Amino acid sequence: MSQTAVARRRPRAVEMQTRRRGGLKRRQAIASYCLVAPFFLVFLTMLVLPLFYSGYLSLFREQLVGGTVFAGVGNYVRALQDHVFLGGVLRMAQFLVIQVPIMLSLALVFALALDSGRLRMQRIIRLAIFVPYAVPGVIAALMWGYLYGPNFGPFAQGARAIGLPTPPFLGNEWMLGSIMNIVTWSFVGYNMIILYAALRSIPTELYDAARVDGAGEFRVAWSIKIPAIRPALLLTTIFSVIGTFQLFNEPNLLRILAPNVIGVGYTPNLYAYNLAFINQDINYAAAIAFLLGIVIMIVSYAVQFGVLRRERRS
Amino acid sequence: MHLFKKRPAVGLAATAMVAALALVACSGGASTNATTAAPSKITQAAIDAAMKTKTNLTFWTWVPDIKNEVALFQAKYPAIHVDVVNVGQGAAHYQKLRTAIKAGTGGPDVVQVEFQYLPSFTQGGDLLNMAPYGAAGISGDYASWIWSQVSSGSAVYGIPQDVGPMGNLYRKDLMSAAGIKLPTTWDEFSQAARTYRAANPHKYLTNMPGNDAGQFMGLVWQAGARPFGYDGKKTVTINLNTPEVAKVIDFWNPLVRDNIIGVDPDFTDPWYQGLASGLYASWQGAAWGPVFLQGTAAKTSGLWSVAPLPQWDTQKPASGNWGGSTDAVLKSTKNPIAASQLALWINTQHEPALMFATKQFLFPASNTILKDPAFVDEKSAFYGGQQVNKGFAAISATVTPNFVWLPFMDYAYSSFNETLGKAFADRTNLATGLKAWQAALTTYATQQGFTVK
Repeated sequence: MSQTAVARRRPRAVEMQTRRRGGLKRRQAIASYCLVAPFFLVFLTMLVLPLFYSGYLSLFREQLVGGTVFAGVGNYVRALQDHVFLGGVLRMAQFLVIQVPIMLSLALVFALALDSGRLRMQRIIRLAIFVPYAVPGVIAALMWGYLYGPNFGPFAQGARAIGLPTPPFLGNEWMLGSIMNIVTWSFVGYNMIILYAALRSIPTELYDAARVDGAGEFRVAWSIKIPAIRPALLLTTIFSVIGTFQLFNEPNLLRILAPNVIGVGYTPNLYAYNLAFINQDINYAAAIAFLLGIVIMIVSYAVQFGVLRRERRS
Repeated sequence: MHLFKKRPAVGLAATAMVAALALVACSGGASTNATTAAPSKITQAAIDAAMKTKTNLTFWTWVPDIKNEVALFQAKYPAIHVDVVNVGQGAAHYQKLRTAIKAGTGGPDVVQVEFQYLPSFTQGGDLLNMAPYGAAGISGDYASWIWSQVSSGSAVYGIPQDVGPMGNLYRKDLMSAAGIKLPTTWDEFSQAARTYRAANPHKYLTNMPGNDAGQFMGLVWQAGARPFGYDGKKTVTINLNTPEVAKVIDFWNPLVRDNIIGVDPDFTDPWYQGLASGLYASWQGAAWGPVFLQGTAAKTSGLWSVAPLPQWDTQKPASGNWGGSTDAVLKSTKNPIAASQLALWINTQHEPALMFATKQFLFPASNTILKDPAFVDEKSAFYGGQQVNKGFAAISATVTPNFVWLPFMDYAYSSFNETLGKAFADRTNLATGLKAWQAALTTYATQQGFTVK
């Protein structure tokens, strides 16, 4: 064969290969779109469309007498001056500042303890800490409602037996703390699993190097493990922030037991729900829901930027 | 197009937004209030023809065992099939009903509506006027205070099913153990409460919950107050600052402040346990009380007795009403004749109406049943063999007439919990709570476009 023939054959072979690869790429692209399509279909119809409809509703005002009128940003202005809504947001900010650090610290401690390998019965302990997350929220709230009960709950009966006054778990001052307790109990296992999975993926050579340098278990945890799982910590923090502002289940169920402590607007989410179904004020409820979404976005971004800035500095 | 290719996410969002707005523009949102002229009386021939036509009706109600009465109806009219659905009790039921009405579909034909919520549905024109379908002729069988709640002029919007005249349900054994005679006036009741609390430092003579505006309104009703008014169109009256209401508030204020009576929320598990364990020695409840007591307070069966409420004026015995339901027909029904006949039949025919009273312990609204010996002479084991129906029938006759409800009692009851109810629960000054409730109701009424007098 002459060199030109070889040269001619090679480009054709390459060309055929690229055509085969191009066809494969296109088929792969089509396949991936098809596989994701069901999700996007549901996402569009169940999330995006109702979101836009809700936004549309929030621009109107409906009265029992007089029908529907266009209100523009009237509902939003009203919400920003509504002391019930603002009180709810402040209450959730309070909740966030106290409960989230406690819960995540506990989850981190449990995850580190499990990862250290010093515990016996690891699987059972992991399961036991995770089980509260598997308990449906309604059952959990009912159970805690009974435990907190001022007449027949075990804490109340125990306190009465030793002559102490009944702890007012469902009273005005302690209610937020009681709800924090329920939420922590429910979610510490969930966050622990996320952090534990992140810990398991740290390469073990780092530990060997640390041991050689004479580091103990606590030093390893502080200087190696925690910095290594920072992305997972950020993830759990963001989830907790979003979950806190959306708090609905526990206050809604405890409202039955303590209807005068948990008002209609105890949390912003509960306020939106009650506005829609008790006040029949769907438009204002939509505006509250949107404002809540904006508040959550702002706080989440603030947390993320705070962490990123610290990372960049270090 | 360039945008869609380079940034598919943006393109997707834009398409979604356009689609959403298009969909939403088509669906509109305002409810249609078709004002048709009231039809003239439907002829018996038309009714008979409709009852022989194969029809499917949906009936939303939470009355337990109402399937028995409906079965009797279906036996009489085999062509009509009725689906009885329990969509929840109280607030949950009304939420679903209002959502279905707003959506225009998914609602029932016949629905249970309590007396205090009827105006909120007639205000929006959601209920069928059943007068032309045979409801006009039954008015003579009901006390005027009942009939005025379901009718507006010549129109009839609900067939009364049961009522709740209020009486004093009390534990005779606990009271005599504390050395207390049954109080017949409110002054005696106040003294009895203090004596009882002194004798039993961990128990209460009674409980006044902070979450039950219905009970409180019944007591206010007994005192002769008429705080609410509604002209059926755009004007409401909200006047809680009357001497009669003040009389009731001033009575309970010291008892609540000094921790003489309980203030636990009612119809919760701890409250049932309280009644079962003797934490509360009495309940100023309604004639349907046993229905709830028999469940969790079953072990106290036989220890309860019934008496009239303590009186403000023993010369003019009076009572109030708490609760009670009607069966109404939605205007959107496709079978108005069959639906209205169902509502009428199970509540006015002797056999099913008597069954409600004797088997399900609903207190009848109908005078015929109130006088029926099978009902009146019934001895109740829960009340230690007392003929309580006779007692409550006598009380029912003393309920004073002309009590009117606002067309937004959902909101009124909810704002009670935040204001006056909260004052009860926190044991603070009830008068301040009352003022706050008045203010909240007035603000809401104005916001919703009503003229407040």
